[in-house]
Amino acid sequence: MFNTSLKNLSGLLAGKKISSVELTQTFLKRIGDLNPSLNAFITVDEGKSLAQAKAADALIAAGKAGPVTGIPVAQKDIFCAEGWRTTCGSKMLHNFIAPYDAHVIEQFNRGGAVNLGKTNMDEFAMGSSNETSYFGKVKNPWDLNAVPGGSSGGSAAAVAARLCPAATGTDTGGSIRQPAACTGITGIKPTYGVVSRYGMIAFASSLDQGGPMARSAEDCALLLNTMAGFDPRDSTSLEREKEDYTRDLNQPLAGLKIGLPREFFAEGLSADVARAVEEALAEYRKLGAQTVEVSLPNSKLAVPVYYVLAPAEASSNLARFDGVRYGYRAPEYGDLVDMYQKTRAQGFGAEVKRRIMIGSYVLSAGYYDAYYLKAQKLRRLIAQDFTDAFKQCDVIMGPTAPTTAFNLGEKSGDPVSMYLSDIYTIAVNLAGLPGMSVPAGFGANGRPVGLQIIGNYFSEAKMLNVAHQYQQTTDWHTRMPPLHGEG
Amino acid sequence: MQWEIVIGLETHAQLSTQSKIFSGAATAYGAAPNSQACAVDIALPGVLPVFNRVAAEKAVKFGLAVGARINRRSVFERKNYFYPDLPKGYQITQLELPIVAEGGKLRIQVGDYEKDIRITRAHMEEDAGKSLHEDFHGMTGIDLNRAGTPLVEIVTEPDLRSSAEAVAYAKALHSLVRWIGICDGNMQEGSFRCDANVSVRPKGTEMLGTRCEIKNLNSFKFMEKAIDFEVRRQIEILEDGGRIVQETRLYDPDRDETRSMRSKEEANDYRYFPDPDLLPLVVDEAFLDRARATLPELPQAMRERFVSEYGLPAYDAGILTSARDLSAYFEDAVRDLGGEAKLAANWIIGDLSAHLNKEGLEIAASPISAPQLAGLLKRIVDGTISGKIAKEVFSAMWAGEGDADAIIDAKGLKQVSDSGAIEKLVDEIIAANPAQVAEYRGGKEKVFGFFVGLAMKASKGKANPAQLNEILKKKLAG
Repeated sequence: MFNTSLKNLSGLLAGKKISSVELTQTFLKRIGDLNPSLNAFITVDEGKSLAQAKAADALIAAGKAGPVTGIPVAQKDIFCAEGWRTTCGSKMLHNFIAPYDAHVIEQFNRGGAVNLGKTNMDEFAMGSSNETSYFGKVKNPWDLNAVPGGSSGGSAAAVAARLCPAATGTDTGGSIRQPAACTGITGIKPTYGVVSRYGMIAFASSLDQGGPMARSAEDCALLLNTMAGFDPRDSTSLEREKEDYTRDLNQPLAGLKIGLPREFFAEGLSADVARAVEEALAEYRKLGAQTVEVSLPNSKLAVPVYYVLAPAEASSNLARFDGVRYGYRAPEYGDLVDMYQKTRAQGFGAEVKRRIMIGSYVLSAGYYDAYYLKAQKLRRLIAQDFTDAFKQCDVIMGPTAPTTAFNLGEKSGDPVSMYLSDIYTIAVNLAGLPGMSVPAGFGANGRPVGLQIIGNYFSEAKMLNVAHQYQQTTDWHTRMPPLHGEG
Repeated sequence: MQWEIVIGLETHAQLSTQSKIFSGAATAYGAAPNSQACAVDIALPGVLPVFNRVAAEKAVKFGLAVGARINRRSVFERKNYFYPDLPKGYQITQLELPIVAEGGKLRIQVGDYEKDIRITRAHMEEDAGKSLHEDFHGMTGIDLNRAGTPLVEIVTEPDLRSSAEAVAYAKALHSLVRWIGICDGNMQEGSFRCDANVSVRPKGTEMLGTRCEIKNLNSFKFMEKAIDFEVRRQIEILEDGGRIVQETRLYDPDRDETRSMRSKEEANDYRYFPDPDLLPLVVDEAFLDRARATLPELPQAMRERFVSEYGLPAYDAGILTSARDLSAYFEDAVRDLGGEAKLAANWIIGDLSAHLNKEGLEIAASPISAPQLAGLLKRIVDGTISGKIAKEVFSAMWAGEGDADAIIDAKGLKQVSDSGAIEKLVDEIIAANPAQVAEYRGGKEKVFGFFVGLAMKASKGKANPAQLNEILKKKLAG
């Protein structure tokens, strides 16, 4: 049952072949068995989950079920969920019980989904390997020596290991797509503004976007139907008509124009990833698509631009964690300033502190123009590159990450090399475009490879269609880590 | 050496909105601590600000009232610093692109001259909470009710040249923001507070001296005293060959002095940047039109109209247009009275204001309404009572004894205008005081008042004064 797609589970629940309580118990059992080795979850609360499952069964019995009613969904621990500990992977919030629901959580609750638990993540979503979590590293189910990617590494590992049928993630510079690629699952970061950020703990507000992580594009479409929607509590949420993201799944791809940015197939891309992506493109050509070369000349600036803007926003967003009102406070301190210093020195990990320092620096008097302002200008140029490219193609494709999942500890001592693992994903956030990662085979070391699909603004339905058609003729997305066997 | 004083003012006026600038919590003053602080105000993880457009309407009204350019696109920025009453660790404010841009002016009257003070800009921002040090032994309490209250910060050019001008400006501004209904102006509750940037320079020179900023002046009296102290302090330092250090100072009213709070070197680097949680605020033509439509006739225009339309002296017009309620009261009274504007002005500025001041009442709470006052003044105009008797009637009206006519009837205060009766009275007085009559006729005209006094006393104040004068003069002339 645990290896069944969300779509099929939804059908089984609606047909009363299984109950949500049974389903939830199955996954809770699996979490109990496998989470100790994977560390994908920070918080599991059987009582809360089963209570929701019971309520979902009642809804189904009453004939009021929707597509996600009764489906257990793991929630990234960045989303506030009322009554649930919500840590954001940090000691700073190790004891924080959220008193309210994020918009995304509300949407799942309204749909009758079951919150299966809160998944591990890089501290405050800062990281690409899930090694910066205060709650310990997450391991890649495909290889326990490998990282699951980050920052939504817990969600990715949980979906890959079938600890849940689906999970939520957030993506600021690739934090849905890169872990999806590392763990062989499907994830989509929607256009900025499609999913409300209300209740999603902010890392870099102008880049953060929530999205679904699941086994297939079809499941992601169902989840996005639940997650997306205008929310007046988020001023950057877009007031648009509600879409059905499944509507185009079965459209044929004949005539589809795929843009291949030459910058994404250049130096730095490992040969095994390049080969897997080429094979995926060959598959698309078989499906009737054409490929055209496009150029994103400013994309090489994306990583440095990102590492000015994201830390700048983060340095301010994280100022509220000061020990005054909630969360961690240093046990001993002298005066107020000492309390701030000790609380923040002890409550934040090294990567978070590094980014707060970078951010404070680039915003400080005398440096603002040279860093922050210049980065904002370059951000516009990077976005313009995509606008130009989309004049020649319908979607852009390339690798999600330059390599397959790297080893635990391999890059944790070298931040810049870690930052470069998001080299293909970051520009998408800077432009505010939707991007997704689809499993496209395996690398030389047997670890999964992700194919990245980048669409124009609000083209999620199209992208999901493009991914779904590929998943109709390939089976990479159905592969399960051998470690845990078939159930 | 002769010194010239240079002052610029920054005023924080609380915009009178029902809810906060970035959250739905109420802004009412005086609630139990933290009872009006919602998730957004206490900056829980994950919450986001949503701008309250009513604040923009009010700020735009101010900009239009002072004739400033309105920025069609203004930007909220974050001012970053740590303080326990600042829950997010940053204040949302406007820096590069404030809603009210340059071009504004406010006319002030100081003694016998008028002067325009240029307004540099006005921007919207959120207030911080309050730290409470008194009630908690060894600890500090934080009340976040005020956190997120909408403010408009109004900044002048350094156009003010004395504490008197500064106070005149602050009063004019205070009157204006209340006039156009954007701020309740309650200074005790902190709804209107000023910071003064003060410097001095040798008279006749152009370059500005080093300034000190005096924070949080929440009364006109303190403003005057603080500036006077600060000016003396700076001149003394300069005359002793010293140098002014740019710093922020606080005024201590108990000791009547300003004290250093922090120097420029100690000042925070606020690391301003545009708030990514908020879109730029766009003000379109329709929005401006709506704001314009709700703008009442402004005090300056009304002052000029009171002079031209009612023939009032500029001084009277100035006082009557110092508050909108007062000007309305005056116009209502004149309308009922059918003219006699100067008479109405005298009574409103004189007796009515004196009574109101004595009891600490606003004009809106006056026990005597404008039609009631007009009812009294009508009886002066038509000769039913004298001005002096009118004061007595006024007092009775103030005490709630009824309308003027009822009081005049009840107390029998109707003026004696029967010339026969007055002549009789005058004849008696002349007969009884031959010595004084002789003095008067001998050229000592001052004695005339003596006769008026006696006659008034004999008539219990009811003799028509004009008639009495006329008859007295005639009879005394013999």
